[in-house]
Amino acid sequence: MRDAAVLPVVSSRSVAFRTLLTKEVLRFWKVSFQTVAAPVLTAVLYLLVFGQVLKDRVEVFPGVSYVAFLIPGLVMMSVLQNAFANSSSSLIQSKIMGSLVFVLLPPFSHWQIFGAYVLASVVRGLVVGLGVFVVAVWFGPPAFEAPGWILVFALTGSAMLGALGVIAGIWSDKFDQLAAFQNFVVMPATFLSGVFYSVKGLPAFWQAVSHLNPFFYVIDGFRYGFFAQSDVSPWVSLAVMAVAVAITATVALSLLARGYKMRH
Amino acid sequence: MTAAIQVNSVSKRYGSLVALDRVDLAVEPGEFFGLLGPNGAGKTTLISIIAGLVRASSGAVAIMGHDVVDDFRAARLSVGVVPQELTFDPFFTVRETLTFQSGYFGLAGNDAWIDEVLENLGLATRSNTNTRALSGGMKRRLLVAQALVHKPPVIVLDEPTAGVDVELRQTLWNFIRRLNREGHTIVLTTHYLEEAQALCGRIAMLKAGRVIALDTTRALLGRLAGLQLTMRPGGTPPASVLAHRIDERDGLLTLRLAHSDEVARVLAECAAAGCAVHDLEVGRADLEDVFLQLMADQPAADPLRGVAA
Repeated sequence: MRDAAVLPVVSSRSVAFRTLLTKEVLRFWKVSFQTVAAPVLTAVLYLLVFGQVLKDRVEVFPGVSYVAFLIPGLVMMSVLQNAFANSSSSLIQSKIMGSLVFVLLPPFSHWQIFGAYVLASVVRGLVVGLGVFVVAVWFGPPAFEAPGWILVFALTGSAMLGALGVIAGIWSDKFDQLAAFQNFVVMPATFLSGVFYSVKGLPAFWQAVSHLNPFFYVIDGFRYGFFAQSDVSPWVSLAVMAVAVAITATVALSLLARGYKMRH
Repeated sequence: MTAAIQVNSVSKRYGSLVALDRVDLAVEPGEFFGLLGPNGAGKTTLISIIAGLVRASSGAVAIMGHDVVDDFRAARLSVGVVPQELTFDPFFTVRETLTFQSGYFGLAGNDAWIDEVLENLGLATRSNTNTRALSGGMKRRLLVAQALVHKPPVIVLDEPTAGVDVELRQTLWNFIRRLNREGHTIVLTTHYLEEAQALCGRIAMLKAGRVIALDTTRALLGRLAGLQLTMRPGGTPPASVLAHRIDERDGLLTLRLAHSDEVARVLAECAAAGCAVHDLEVGRADLEDVFLQLMADQPAADPLRGVAA
């Protein structure tokens, strides 16, 4: 070699990781009207409609108004849906646009790509969740009986859906496949998890079905943080979430490591 | 000396389609190397394997001695790839795009080099423009800039001048030539054979996934040795002249001659046979002639392996 200009550069793995994370966060933040404000509005509409219609008819937990009961459920629903939307839409867009190549050419490990996409999803989930909460508090401030659990389930829930979004984003070749994943997996699992009700009010069969849904545990555990009341112990919910996060993370990591549908 | 790019018996199969068939190549550090071939010959597949975007079915590739699979970090730090597809991230400006790309390679505080790249590719005035608002040519420049942010010792350009205007080609080649003089290894695929002829010191030609020629540009041109003489005969040239014929159309006769001395002999023989000669033109074979001849001559099953690198 003839010149110092071509000597190898000093490359930092942490700079690489932080850059990808920053870019993934900025990607949704730059269009925050659509990615943050819109989901907050949706959640508030649910709160207005269901809260007003049902507030005098339902008391799920003793001493807790229906509106107060509903707020944590809606917050968690927004956290989950937006965490999923972030990683999955980023991947499918860059796959279809071709700009994924800019992430595939640099020396990222599959751990780094996974970590950056999932963490950005967690950030989006928490930002939207916080937005929903801040607006919802107007309608009836819930208690904060055990705030540590609130944080634990916000983090594990958004991480699980961030990882699920990575899987869906990699697996989908087209936007409609991703939409199918969202409409036929994520939406039903969220709606049937006790956002709007306690599963204790369901017939035994549907109670049993609900207990197979990890979304049920994350919402139930999250609610415990507010009211110190829940359908199952938060420790059980935490254990279920730990397993669910481990499974989704393992699948997402192995897809990334194999370069499935990314490195042909 | 460690090769800049070492390709060892690389094959790539997509089901029953063989995109690359036991390709061997070595590009030496500091070379300006051309990879030519018709569409579908496997050029982009080979480049994608070098870049780590595609995994070889068998065989191995190393960049600056680093295996692209086992030692992918070092390999990818050593190579900058300009993809053929014109693609961009619509969320960001030109400068943000380059700062991110630089960060992806683990480089912080790389602004001086980013400025230099922007300047040299004529992008400096667009640095705060959103990528969506760039013209096609400007997007192409950005794509080149993105490949250079980490100052890679090896630069691979997959048809960087496809569909771009003369000005950009000039700007681009001036900059790439400079980088080559400074020691960067350049690998280029292009459909503009005059570009390859002017720029590349050595050329590999691919056909149907195989290397059918691998030699210096000079030696490849030498395969069609000598001169081409084109003329419009006023009568019937003698048989001794027609023996050199390689083409005849629209009344124009093209001969291949081994040496310039033969020009005088051909003219004398024509004159002796009473055949007048008009519109005389003498030229050298160019890369396009070599390319066309090789592509026509070489059945894919019988690869002619050139000088091993």
